[in-house]
Amino acid sequence: MSEPGDAGVERAVEPIVDRVLPDNDVLHDLLEQFDDVGWEVSRGQDLVHVPNHGWLDFARAAHDAGFEMCVDVTVVDWMRSRPERFEIVANLLSMQHKLRLRMTTTAPREQPTVASLVPIWPGVNFAEREAYDMFGVTFEGHPDLTRILMPDEWEGHPLRKDFGVGSVPVQFKESHQVN
Amino acid sequence: MSDDTKSVETMDVWVAGTEEPQFSPTDEGAQEISDHESDARLDEQFGRVVEDDYVFDDSVGDEDERMILNMGPQHPSTHGVLRLQIELEGEIIRRTKPIIGYLHTGMEKTAEQLTFSQGGTNVTRMDYLAPFHNELAHALAVERLLEIEVPPRAAAIRVLLTELNRCSSHLVALATNGMDIGAVSMMIYGFREREQILAFFEKTTGLRMNHNFIRPGGVAADLPPGWKDDVAEILDELPKRLDQYDDLLQDNPIWGSRTRGVGVISAEEAIAYGITGPPLRAAGVDWDLRKAFPYSGIEQYEFEVPLGEHGDVYDRYRIRVDEIIQSLRIAEQVMDSMPKGDYRVDDRKVTPPPRARIDESMEALIHHFKLFTEGFKVPPGETYVAVESPRGELGCYLVSDGKARPYRMHTRAPSFANLQALPIAMADSLMADTVATIASMDPVMGDVDR
Amino acid sequence: MATTAPGNLLMTTVDRAARWARTRSMFPATFGLACCAIEMMATGAAHYDLARFGMEVFRASPRQADLMIVAGRVSQKMAPVLRQVYDQMPDPKWVISMGACASTGGMFNNYALVQGVDQVVPVDIYVPGCPPGPQSLMHGILTLHDKIMSGEIVN
Repeated sequence: MSEPGDAGVERAVEPIVDRVLPDNDVLHDLLEQFDDVGWEVSRGQDLVHVPNHGWLDFARAAHDAGFEMCVDVTVVDWMRSRPERFEIVANLLSMQHKLRLRMTTTAPREQPTVASLVPIWPGVNFAEREAYDMFGVTFEGHPDLTRILMPDEWEGHPLRKDFGVGSVPVQFKESHQVN
Repeated sequence: MSDDTKSVETMDVWVAGTEEPQFSPTDEGAQEISDHESDARLDEQFGRVVEDDYVFDDSVGDEDERMILNMGPQHPSTHGVLRLQIELEGEIIRRTKPIIGYLHTGMEKTAEQLTFSQGGTNVTRMDYLAPFHNELAHALAVERLLEIEVPPRAAAIRVLLTELNRCSSHLVALATNGMDIGAVSMMIYGFREREQILAFFEKTTGLRMNHNFIRPGGVAADLPPGWKDDVAEILDELPKRLDQYDDLLQDNPIWGSRTRGVGVISAEEAIAYGITGPPLRAAGVDWDLRKAFPYSGIEQYEFEVPLGEHGDVYDRYRIRVDEIIQSLRIAEQVMDSMPKGDYRVDDRKVTPPPRARIDESMEALIHHFKLFTEGFKVPPGETYVAVESPRGELGCYLVSDGKARPYRMHTRAPSFANLQALPIAMADSLMADTVATIASMDPVMGDVDR
Repeated sequence: MATTAPGNLLMTTVDRAARWARTRSMFPATFGLACCAIEMMATGAAHYDLARFGMEVFRASPRQADLMIVAGRVSQKMAPVLRQVYDQMPDPKWVISMGACASTGGMFNNYALVQGVDQVVPVDIYVPGCPPGPQSLMHGILTLHDKIMSGEIVN
């Protein structure tokens, strides 16, 4: 439950009706704190849907609830099949409770942005840079959001569905003549 | 002509301090001793005082003194195409920035073009030292989406192959680790042992590396006849060879001083940075996916998880040697208890029919045709499955939209996360320890860059 | 040098001697990139010994190497580095493109790889395989030796 006094930002919390809560104590307590986070079980794995503005808060609460490690952050590009184009997925791991949790959120087609999880788990630094490089999703609050896998001057975001599949001619510039 | 004589003249007469030198002397120890030298300078020049300039003195430190050194991407000791930008203050490393992407192959994009059973060929080339683990993660993810279970024999074959793969991968890690630190014979030892294991792989799967053997539904073929003898031979020989490594390295004072206390990563740092595998266990955290979230029937076998204490290079090396021994233990148990049965699941929609049936049954022919041209369709959904590879948690996040090809396949690469710890492990350490630290983190750039 | 001088009996013998010397201790430059690099290391290790051809010293500095074995997939980011290392090697130099990815881009026909390292450097021998086993690589190296000895490859 987010208080209206939260950094002066008034966010419209849309509680989910008829929400089912998990049996697991840790997850139950975690999800009780948030009204607008949905939970489901997908192929035997716990999955929570978090609204974009609540990404960082939920992550912080999950970290405090015992999810010490964020294993991965990645993006799925749904193109036109979903109302919001990009789905950002973070996989969490709790070693003390032996639990895994997957949290997802969405970002729109134009200027997709989501909060960066680096302040909570420094280990997602590279993963978020890769997501930015491959999809163009901006992670707000990331200390160094630059291309990581492609050359710095590369144009386009390769893993988007509208980026071509075929090979691209060699892009390198002349090497420095050393002799 | 006249110039020559002049130069000859000046070269003839060179008494220290009396002539005007034709060039300005550099201050890196000018060779002449002037007669108005201070006593301190004289002492220095006569060698009575020795300045240890690699012992860092706070009073000397200055922002301008930092130098940025570029290591790689083509470098014999960076384990592939890793580029490090190291900011040095003398010999002490202040900051490091790993720059990756030199091996980026676009495998995740290629995965969207391949069917689910072809996906193994793609995924296996990511962490090319542990190809079976990549294939296993992918196959388990596909099977989770299909909601099928592989028969026990297939699961046991998978365990056997992945544990032997762990041995061969750790042997490469030890070999390169040793060679980088200077024990060059480790390179030969490690690869010599590996050849035995690779010969077994070649007999079973057809290839020495990048096998595409563990496929969704089971494994591609049954174990060859006589496999028990081959595995027994490996189980016989390898422990004796490991004793040879211990003779070379264990009590070696050079090895000890180059690895103990070097490249330390504490448990809190490791957990915060998402590090898994030997670097995490070296810090003392008891976390192994084979014990925590067992897969492929590995819970039936008894084995231990070696742990370290200090989180330094020595602990990681020790853990790798111990893990080889534990993996051999598992392989022995698998060998003794290999269940009989099918090596792949019986579902006609997923596994191709045996080749002999194709001549007899029209249905088998059609199944075979559809499976190899179009591929089997996987119901929509998404899943994340992780296995314990020799480098850490290797996960496959698979999204399917109901077609024969994955909608999105993402691999959580252990080396990708472990590499973020390099700046932490190398901070405030000496330049010469860089190589030892990188070698102990054991990054495989195919995994990092995909 | 001897190869460019007009041929007569004496020069031919010197020429042959030069070619013999070049093949007998060709130093490879370390350019192992991916899976093929592991097979290249295995070729240099004890089981399939490259030292019997005088080639076990993999020189880290391209200035001291004559042979560049491009072992592995070359990405867009790596292509200028590859060219720079090639340029730094002194003449005579040879390039072996090891593996399917180096020869043609391999199974990765996408945006990220250079489809064949011969778009960046001139290649003398292509060794197919994914990865080529040590025997294939040695066959490729020995073929290169034969070609140099016979004078086909003059460089």
